[in-house]
Amino acid sequence: MLELVTFSLLNGVVYGLLLFMVSSGLTLIFSMMGVLNFAHASMFMLGAYCSYSIGLKLGFFPALVIAPLVVAVIGAAVERYGLRYVHRQGHVAEILFTFGLAYIIAECVIMIWGRHPIAYRIPEVIDFPAFRLFGTTYPFYKVLMMAISIGMFAFLYFCFRRTRIGMVIRAALTHPQMVAALGHDVPRIFVLVFAVGTGLAALAGVIGGFALMTEPSMAAALGPIVFVVVVVGGLGSIPGAFLASMLIGIVQTFAVALDYSLLDLLGTMHLTVSRDSPFFDLVSISLTRAAPAIPYLLLVVMLIFRPMGILGTREA
Amino acid sequence: MTEASGAVVAQSAPPLADRVGKHRLWIAAALLLLVLPYIPGLSGNFGRSLLSQMGIAAVFALSYNLLLGQTGLLSFGHAVYFGLGGYACIHLMRAINGGLPIPMPLVPLAGAATGLFFGLLFGSVTVRRAGVIFALISLGVGELVYAVLRMLPGISGGEEGITANRSIGPHLLGLTLAPQLQVYYVIAFWTFVSALLMYAFLRTPVGRMCNAVRDNAERAEFVGYDPVRVRLTVFAVAAMFAGLAGGLHALNYEIVASEAVGAGRSGAVLLMSYIGGVANFLGAILGAVVITWLQISLSDYTTAWQLYLGLFFMLFVLFAPRGLAGLLLMHADIVRTRAFPALLRAYAVVLVPALVMAVGAIILLEINYRRATQPEAGTVMRLFWIDMDSSTPWPWLGAIVLIAVGFWLFRRSLALVANAWQRASGEARAAAGVSR
Repeated sequence: MLELVTFSLLNGVVYGLLLFMVSSGLTLIFSMMGVLNFAHASMFMLGAYCSYSIGLKLGFFPALVIAPLVVAVIGAAVERYGLRYVHRQGHVAEILFTFGLAYIIAECVIMIWGRHPIAYRIPEVIDFPAFRLFGTTYPFYKVLMMAISIGMFAFLYFCFRRTRIGMVIRAALTHPQMVAALGHDVPRIFVLVFAVGTGLAALAGVIGGFALMTEPSMAAALGPIVFVVVVVGGLGSIPGAFLASMLIGIVQTFAVALDYSLLDLLGTMHLTVSRDSPFFDLVSISLTRAAPAIPYLLLVVMLIFRPMGILGTREA
Repeated sequence: MTEASGAVVAQSAPPLADRVGKHRLWIAAALLLLVLPYIPGLSGNFGRSLLSQMGIAAVFALSYNLLLGQTGLLSFGHAVYFGLGGYACIHLMRAINGGLPIPMPLVPLAGAATGLFFGLLFGSVTVRRAGVIFALISLGVGELVYAVLRMLPGISGGEEGITANRSIGPHLLGLTLAPQLQVYYVIAFWTFVSALLMYAFLRTPVGRMCNAVRDNAERAEFVGYDPVRVRLTVFAVAAMFAGLAGGLHALNYEIVASEAVGAGRSGAVLLMSYIGGVANFLGAILGAVVITWLQISLSDYTTAWQLYLGLFFMLFVLFAPRGLAGLLLMHADIVRTRAFPALLRAYAVVLVPALVMAVGAIILLEINYRRATQPEAGTVMRLFWIDMDSSTPWPWLGAIVLIAVGFWLFRRSLALVANAWQRASGEARAAAGVSR
């Protein structure tokens, strides 16, 4: 039991960090521009696919650096040549633009890499056991995933808090007009933030691509969960997004690991539900099978009891 | 001239003629629905099935228009009510197959009731805020319902779905519903009734308040209307009609699968309403008809049709945010001006480079798509009556040249349209000024 809990916790943290990498970029973009980027998860997918293709030619470590940069450039171009013009038509037009973009990116991925999942396996250079716990080994690549995410956040936090450009960005978050009046090019800061946000998502895609399945529908599968993270954490709050990512990552990992159902719970109380009962379908669902619904259930419960999210200040 | 004589007739004739005149659009629509399945080209089984699908899509898109167009609620989970209504109906149809004495044509009402119920249930949680937050939450609720239904194969049948037979049961007015024509008329009837009811709903005080809440929720609240209650009302009504559309879907296909509640269908209805034009009631119908037709005809020619649909949608978001209906309305005053033929000529001139560009893009997309999705089909494919071999650089080069040349000419010829447009709209404004 202790073994199961420890490993589930470790895996949950890895998954949570991955979620946070994607959702922090989304939150950053949202709080700066008020844009809810539906194509954000698509950038995650592009990161995974690009690193696969680059990795085939140059190996894993160059891909780890190049792929996020390539996607960040794509993100910057999207902001500079698309979103900036749609921005004038209001938020609904922006959402629709990114929604259409997500659709087109998914189709383009099919057009380049095909309809089926690609064989993006764990690169051999990082596929060895890192340590041994309770007689079971823990793979190095998961440790690396954790290290890369944490390192990235430390770096960004440093840039945000300790550098001049970080200070300008923080000022532009709340007082864009004042920052512009002081002579800073605010639209260029927007492009930069958008590029950093999409680059983060792509980096998550690079290290998450081989852990999850790399296929054209992976953006559509991850996107809604990232949105749940953003709402549950509190819209626009990066610490909130961190807590929500960890919560959802750990809860979902545990749900997958625990193969129990309501039926088993009732069984411990010496209650049985007959197979013919109309409720049998419902109570016999195991936690494993219910795992995909858990984030959304959390979202609805959150909205009923605490609409502003964990750390949000305004009501969602 | 005709308007003047019409006014004379209306004054001298009994009120009946007046009423007919007022509702002539609706009467024309009803007559059109009656004769459509006999028009050559649509009178085959394929044509009638296409018309049935358009009817279903029209009800669904109209219900979506109540949300996005009239109330400003951008939903990414509207298929939830469509799918749940569909499931309720397919289970009811199975019960009727088992002997329950309800005529099949009334089954969609069960879908409407289901949609209304779930609309009130989920709406009470989701409509507290509009805008971005509402969009997010509707997406979450959509995913939740989809995930839960997938967990309950006894109710949803999973990906394979639940089937029923529409022709076994008591026959109302001798309708067996076996031929597609009868199904079409049932669908046409419900489409007409739904459109009429939704139109009437928008004319009620609540319907007018929807627009007020869309334009300025704070001010609406100040006047004494609770925006949340207005939103909940319209959300429930929209869900009801979505459920009815789901019921029509169940009746038409005799199968409902989990994709009926899925994100894909929610996205499709958004595409339809938006391309048709959200600001206009007729836009949703226009969008439903055009997109259904495109989906079915494009998928005959190419496996990449979803990509074209997506690009089509992006073009509208970027360049024509008021949709097809908006584009048509822009020309309403201009058609009568003397400068209109010149404008049409300018359109024709611009169309040529636009088509050149489109042909280039299509070649590029098609050879790429074939290469990635059907590598076993070989490298040669026939496009625009020419065999192209994608292993040689020529199709790629040709496509890029076509796009570049088309784009250059397009940019240059746009000025023609701008000039003609300015002249025509100036003339239209002058004419309007004189008549006033």
